[in-house]
Amino acid sequence: MSEYRLELRSVSKSFPGVQALDDVSLLVKPGTVHALMGENGAGKSTLMKCLFGIYSMDSGEVYLNGQKAVIANPLAALHQGIAMVHQELQPIPDRSIAENIFCGRYPTKGVGPFQWTDDKAMNEEAQKWLGEVHLNVDARQKLSTLSISQMQSVEIAKAVSAGAQVVIMDEPSSSLTQTEVEEMFRIIDELRQKGVSIIYISHRMDEILRISDEVTIMRDGKYVGTWDSEELTTDLIISRMVGRDLTNIYPPKDNLPGEVILTAQGVTSIHPKSFRDVSFELRRGEILGFAGLVGAQRTELMEAIFGVRGIASGTVTMNGKQLHVRRPADAIQNKMGLITEDRRNTGIFGVLPVRDNAAIASLNAYRDFGFVLNDAKINQVAEQSIARLNIKTPDLKTRIMSLSGGNQQKVIIARWLANNPDVLIMDEPTRGIDVGAKYEIYQIMLNLAKEGKAIIMISSEMAELLGVADRIAVMCEGRLTGILSREEATQESIMQLATKFMGGEAV
Amino acid sequence: MNREKKFVLKDFLVSNALIIILVILAGVATWKNPNFVSLNNIRNMGINIGPRFLIALGVSGCLITRGTDLSAGRMVGLGACIAGTLLQSSTYSQKFFPNLGDMNVFAVLLIAVVICGVFGLMNGLVVAYLKVPPFIATLGVQTIVYGVCLVYTGAVPLGGYRRDYTVVATTSILGIPLFVLIAVVVGLLMWFLYNKTRHGKYMYAIGGNENAAEVSGVNVQRTLIKIYALAAMLYACGGFLIGAKAGGANVNTGFGYELEAIASCTIGGVSTTGGIGRVSGILIGVMVFEILKSSLQFLGVDTSYQYIVQGCVIIIAVALDLRKYLAKK
Repeated sequence: MSEYRLELRSVSKSFPGVQALDDVSLLVKPGTVHALMGENGAGKSTLMKCLFGIYSMDSGEVYLNGQKAVIANPLAALHQGIAMVHQELQPIPDRSIAENIFCGRYPTKGVGPFQWTDDKAMNEEAQKWLGEVHLNVDARQKLSTLSISQMQSVEIAKAVSAGAQVVIMDEPSSSLTQTEVEEMFRIIDELRQKGVSIIYISHRMDEILRISDEVTIMRDGKYVGTWDSEELTTDLIISRMVGRDLTNIYPPKDNLPGEVILTAQGVTSIHPKSFRDVSFELRRGEILGFAGLVGAQRTELMEAIFGVRGIASGTVTMNGKQLHVRRPADAIQNKMGLITEDRRNTGIFGVLPVRDNAAIASLNAYRDFGFVLNDAKINQVAEQSIARLNIKTPDLKTRIMSLSGGNQQKVIIARWLANNPDVLIMDEPTRGIDVGAKYEIYQIMLNLAKEGKAIIMISSEMAELLGVADRIAVMCEGRLTGILSREEATQESIMQLATKFMGGEAV
Repeated sequence: MNREKKFVLKDFLVSNALIIILVILAGVATWKNPNFVSLNNIRNMGINIGPRFLIALGVSGCLITRGTDLSAGRMVGLGACIAGTLLQSSTYSQKFFPNLGDMNVFAVLLIAVVICGVFGLMNGLVVAYLKVPPFIATLGVQTIVYGVCLVYTGAVPLGGYRRDYTVVATTSILGIPLFVLIAVVVGLLMWFLYNKTRHGKYMYAIGGNENAAEVSGVNVQRTLIKIYALAAMLYACGGFLIGAKAGGANVNTGFGYELEAIASCTIGGVSTTGGIGRVSGILIGVMVFEILKSSLQFLGVDTSYQYIVQGCVIIIAVALDLRKYLAKK
């Protein structure tokens, strides 16, 4: 018997233009909670997807209980006792809880080849497992009737009922309230005592230090090291995650905020649980950061200002003129731009060439005789952007989906720059981008600010906000809880405002 | 070096399999019956391709935006029936409107285009504003259009067309059938629309990623409505031409044409997942279908078997086409 439940040895994986994993190892002991940490883009999720058989690794080996294992796909992973609990790993909301738990392995009865599902056995069995995770609901209920935290418990029940020895939890707490997190920790603790190994991915330092036994840190797709949680502190983890002088990963801040260009006054969503009564001012040449936890409604607020979502009351004034934005086209006409959080779903046109991706928001400017598009003009603007933003693409006709994340993001920045906007809203502009490209994006943002453009930057990476923003607005559960100047802003002061309404407990 | 060459050959075979099969089929047909490549048969194929190309072009916009249009065939029928009722010879004994004078042929075409356009508008409105999936929305409109056509014609078959209508199908200019010239002109216009106008770029953008298009300031609803309305107008033109060629029409004219048009587009490389499709590809798709039908005829294959072969070709063509993309993943 091996000392380890799970061993990942020398795993490498590359995508076009990015070495996502470079010789990474992960050793997990039985009955422990093993935290996997790293910045966004460090390769944690990629490593887990390799383990779970979603990606095939270029090289590397997996051992389970000392035996070499080959995991070709998620089903094979499940059969070998590896399960993944992931909020985005969509269950089937319109089927019953029991069916979700037993999906792919329904209990059957019958003779020989004549098998039918045994609903009674399934429901009874499912009810038992729901009890194991302290979920007091009927297994025959539709999954969609549960809250997100309850669904997560169902996922855990599914994992343990399948006899999982290794459970991967990717950001399980990101959308849970404090009480729900406590409940989840209790379940995790029970699993640990039963000998189940848990790989826990989270950004919340306090949670990691509380729940985990060991911590493995990754950086830029490389393995940094593994430590006992007891010998770690928040500062130690951060310095190992970042791995360099913090001041060096941001360009020098030399922009100077000027006069106010945009004012939001009492902006309230049409949805009762979304943002409400948000007021702030944005200046020319300023980068205004927006911090908050998941569920703070920052994205919703910005999308509403841009016309993607509805505003019930409140006003947005730009250059002294009140805006009436009903759809994104109105916002664009008022010289705004929005780089969305979810690049794949609301940013890029994957199958279309780089050129069209860059030109789509500014086609009005390239017309001859009112309706004929001038290709030469489009190409010229696209080429200028490529040179200015240092976009690495074979040519203008390349489909954008074959570029790296950083270059895709730059093409989207180019899309908006073609309109010469006064206000550019950037929602998680460096998400899923490798570290080198991040620096370039920061530099682009600062250059734009120096040109007098106003930038709103939503980010979940506090270090990034502290490094780039002039002021940081903090939201909690739909409300703006404060705006911190560069001098006032620290991780602690931000967290305090970000958790203001969360059970009174500042982390 | 050698290995590389082999690899390229395989690639070439996969990406051009359909054309190769077709060339072989046409070759065999010619060998069995040299009349296959006679001027007459080529003209004939051209005349068949014309209206079908217009219909396929109509559907292509819907397909590129990840939609579909099942009402195409019934609209073709409605267009043909409207034209038929209004362009009958005054001497024809069963004239639908006995007291109707001779209407201008272009005016009748315009009427058919406008009426079908209204139903296309309905498709577009239902898809864009009521958010009904295009498959269902156009299925509903398909049934409505069929009903309207039944009510309008009373299920009476139409015939006895005026010569200045049927002549549209028989006229040639410099030896080229008018149908072919019409197809060329419409094809060029559509190419221009797809590649050189905002509407075209918006269409590809919606197909590529509807949410991103919205955020980029594209008026998604208006673009979709235009696409479905324009499609219906093209079906009306197709129906008008088909009526002229057949010299008659009835409520079942155009039945099943939507499926042939969708198949032609798909064979021609219009992606069912949206955002991809070229006018030249659609033309090739329509030609593949026509050449296939014609060569089977010349080989003396029974019409009933022809359907089976056609069905197989659709599946094989799309499977081969998908391989190109799947391999790239």
